Amino acid sequence: MSGVRVLVGTRKGAFVLTSDGRRSRWKVEGPFFGGWEIYHVKGSPADPDRLYASQSSGWFGQQVQRSDDGGRTWKPVDNTFVYDGVPGTHQWYDGTPHPWEFKRVWHFEPSRTDPDTVYAGVEDAALFRTTDGGTSWHELSGLRGHGTGPHWQPGAGGMCLHTILLDPVKAERMFVAISAAGAFRSDDAGTTWRPINRGLRSPYIPDPEAEVGHCVHRIAQHPARPDTLFMQKHWDVMRSDDAGAQWREVSGNLPSDFGFPIEVHAHEPETVYVFPIKSDSEHYVPEAKLRVYRSRTGGDEWEALTKGLPQQDCYVNILRDASAVDALDPCGVYFGTTGGQVYGSSDAGDSWTAIVRDLPAVLSVEAQTLP
Amino acid sequence: MIRVGLPPHLRTLARVEGEVELDVAGQVTAGAVLDVLEAAYPVLRGTIRDHVTRRRRPFVRFYACGKDLSHQSADAPLPEAVASGAETFLVVGAIAGG
Repeated sequence: MSGVRVLVGTRKGAFVLTSDGRRSRWKVEGPFFGGWEIYHVKGSPADPDRLYASQSSGWFGQQVQRSDDGGRTWKPVDNTFVYDGVPGTHQWYDGTPHPWEFKRVWHFEPSRTDPDTVYAGVEDAALFRTTDGGTSWHELSGLRGHGTGPHWQPGAGGMCLHTILLDPVKAERMFVAISAAGAFRSDDAGTTWRPINRGLRSPYIPDPEAEVGHCVHRIAQHPARPDTLFMQKHWDVMRSDDAGAQWREVSGNLPSDFGFPIEVHAHEPETVYVFPIKSDSEHYVPEAKLRVYRSRTGGDEWEALTKGLPQQDCYVNILRDASAVDALDPCGVYFGTTGGQVYGSSDAGDSWTAIVRDLPAVLSVEAQTLP
Repeated sequence: MIRVGLPPHLRTLARVEGEVELDVAGQVTAGAVLDVLEAAYPVLRGTIRDHVTRRRRPFVRFYACGKDLSHQSADAPLPEAVASGAETFLVVGAIAGG
């Protein structure tokens, strides 16, 4: 029987949760890299035992750890992320120019076909790539250099490149998202880039419909319909059906359209999940109830999923990389909270159980479907 | 033989227990000690000082002989007691929340 491995990054280490295909009994292993912030752990689609972990610390900087055996053992690989050429400046919080400074890796996106090729989204926002399994990293500087970089600015969490989507059909196409700059697309494997933010509206920037400056929190895509993108913005849930050329709002009847992650069902391209948060100034769930919202219509109409989730006295947040789906049938859905719970659903969100309850604050969740 | 004390997270990363002992040729400076340390334990590159600028990371300090040597030049000689191995060159992580 196939199984699932859930990779969890937390404020104080990484954890690996494993189950068989029933997803009813889980083994919890960790912490790996105890005491370090693990922003992200992700496995290679081409080799599920090849994992990459971003290990960082305000004291001692960035480490990249690689596992070749599904997380049982790890070894550090290159941690040198040097911007290409003279880095230049972006906007600081107060609107003054501020030099680009590397702080950490927020997200790894391994190639669909090559375990040694991985993209890294970093703070201050830039895209790096390794083609040798992490032995060396090189910036794809066409993103920062395409022209709008000096106008990007940090969100409260830092100026991070947090989302990388590798198009499953057009091998040269990729999408990234940056807080707070917006979404960008490359059609030549990351050499050149264009902003794709038309239709976004952000009242917190001087021109609410500016080409860049939008605080995009997350983008999701279904592999069978790659030109359709779903976005959770700072406020607003958005949808594009033309690979980001134009966006429209699909927040519909959500109790709040503020939130961080967004997911698409593994087998249903019009089934979408969001995790509403009360507001940008109150980062916890509305009405003290932990509710996942599911749309089976590609947005606009949403239903609350509550079975097995706390419906009183709950004040957790779900961060932007802290949700995932598996590829089993029924689709499994997972998310982690700042309260240290990792919840899983083995019935596409109809019901939930806490796989583990008392981890450090969860930064990221990824699900691997194992053969 | 130069004795270097590392904070717990860096000992774990470098897979060492207790102090690290290093042979440093020539004048014993903080820069020279860190060069030898990073050559012996490449995983420590970037953890104590920046990869590019070689500046000490903000939350890391250098102590020896009861003194804070963090702000002296990386090329300045360390105290004779450190150079002789009588005293330990301490790499210290700042006390901070979290």
